[in-house]
Amino acid sequence: MNGFENFWDIYGNLALSIGTNALLALSIWLTLVCGMFTLANAAFMGIGAYTAALLTLNYAAPFPLTLMAGMLVPAAVALIIGLPTIRLSGVYLAMATLGFGEVVRVAIINTESLTGGALGLNGIPPLTQWWHVLLSVMGVTALLWRLGKSKTGRAFNAIRSDETAASLMGINVRANKMAAFMLAAAIAGLAGALNAHLTFFISPDEYGFNRSVEILTMTILGGIGGLPGPLLGSTIMTLLPELLRGFSDFRLIVNGLLLLLIILFLPQGIWHLARWSTWSRKRGKVHA
Amino acid sequence: MLAQQFVNALSLGCVYALFALGFTLVFGVLGIINLAHGALFAVGAYVALSFITGLGTPLCIALILSFVVAGVCGALIDRLVLKPLRQRNAPHLAPMIATISVGIVLNNGIQGFYGPNNLRFPPGVLPEGTLIIRGIHLTAIELTIVFLSFFLMAVLIMIVHRTQFGRTLRAIAESPKTAWLLGINVEQMFLITSFLAAGLSGVAGLLIGLYSNALYPLMGEPVLHKGIAAVILGGMGDIRGAMLGGLFLGFAEVLSVAYVGSTMRDAVAFGLLFLILLMHPQGVFGKVVQRKA
Repeated sequence: MNGFENFWDIYGNLALSIGTNALLALSIWLTLVCGMFTLANAAFMGIGAYTAALLTLNYAAPFPLTLMAGMLVPAAVALIIGLPTIRLSGVYLAMATLGFGEVVRVAIINTESLTGGALGLNGIPPLTQWWHVLLSVMGVTALLWRLGKSKTGRAFNAIRSDETAASLMGINVRANKMAAFMLAAAIAGLAGALNAHLTFFISPDEYGFNRSVEILTMTILGGIGGLPGPLLGSTIMTLLPELLRGFSDFRLIVNGLLLLLIILFLPQGIWHLARWSTWSRKRGKVHA
Repeated sequence: MLAQQFVNALSLGCVYALFALGFTLVFGVLGIINLAHGALFAVGAYVALSFITGLGTPLCIALILSFVVAGVCGALIDRLVLKPLRQRNAPHLAPMIATISVGIVLNNGIQGFYGPNNLRFPPGVLPEGTLIIRGIHLTAIELTIVFLSFFLMAVLIMIVHRTQFGRTLRAIAESPKTAWLLGINVEQMFLITSFLAAGLSGVAGLLIGLYSNALYPLMGEPVLHKGIAAVILGGMGDIRGAMLGGLFLGFAEVLSVAYVGSTMRDAVAFGLLFLILLMHPQGVFGKVVQRKA
């Protein structure tokens, strides 16, 4: 047991980062499954993180309550932002949400009295326990798995493959997209709230464009064909820089090259390949 | 005072416009959001710096070299990364993620090679001298940026709208498959487009390096975000739109720093972007593509 405690002391934070990153990857996965390409997840994460951290710091609110608020506030913001933006499609939605993300970042920087501005919030008590993260990841995964099996999940799939056809079949495209967008915002907010109470310190720059792109990379890398995709992708993206410590200065170059090779040889994502190979073994069919 | 801000805004806007032109060209023809475009911007600036400090190359030759080297990088990205993805029929986000990876490699390659610190051009390289017209200071660098940018933009517009090459390019932008059926060598055109776009980015990188005289490995990132905003403002894939979007963003940024406050600079750019998308998602010059069932 002592050996494990030792291990946990060193790698505990890394394991918990995998957990919060998995939540983020799942949140963007949800919107992608519904055929929406959004880049606002980092902003929702930031909103969740700031909401939760401010509640803890200013009102000493109980932790479950701050987590709830960290999910509800981003979902509410998603509702307001979603009303006009949901109707955009493809790249335009991505760019609008990207613009929204930058507006959030700048808004945090400029409301210094409340959010500490560019310097960020310091001294957030580390309330997040390992089981909070584990429970959240498991809960969200279970929820999304159940959702995928439900009528709503099938509606999401229909919208992704053909929006016009889906609406002709009587699916309320707007309402379904909005539901996916808000749920994704809530999940990202949860990740932010957990992360804020893990890292002691948050600043607006953590929730910018690069973070959104990183989250997107995790999910695409893992594959959007199923729930294991984002979980795998986030684990790889979190562990890779740590595993490459031996390369010291060239670490990030190797990191980039590996990502490039994965996407070049597995353009559908990692999880897709695993499923495809079992499928081909069963049927004995091979085609390029 | 206003006139002076006008000059500053024009030079900054020109650099954004040059950058956005390449970005929009790649999007229009290849249909790819190239997130390595910011890294190519840094490549252009650092290549010129190396030639100038190492070999004492004159500035005008360094400009051509940064165009060529960044362009070759862009062509290599197309050949080694984007072409294999096209052949594997990758889903539409895969090329974008691939360009992110390329950007990571290039940015960190530059950092590994040149170090993370700000680098400057050696004294005496930058064109000296200031033109003063009615109290407005026009530095030689600003004049270089404005004239060179407008020259390159004019050349590009001439190429796209007046030559056979441009017609082919527009045909591919309309539909690569149809263009291929009509006997156009689509792959070759993709390669040339990547070269031109990356070259423009490289020149833009050198120009902003001259303007601020500070080169750092991640210098392309803020410009990448602004470039995307400029392209959206003008309409994705539209060349005039990218130019005007870039210029407009330069003005919005400089004027908001001058009259609102420097912390609001990015808020203006991205707030505008957000508003435009809400009211007129296809951008100022973009076309609405209506899907027919």
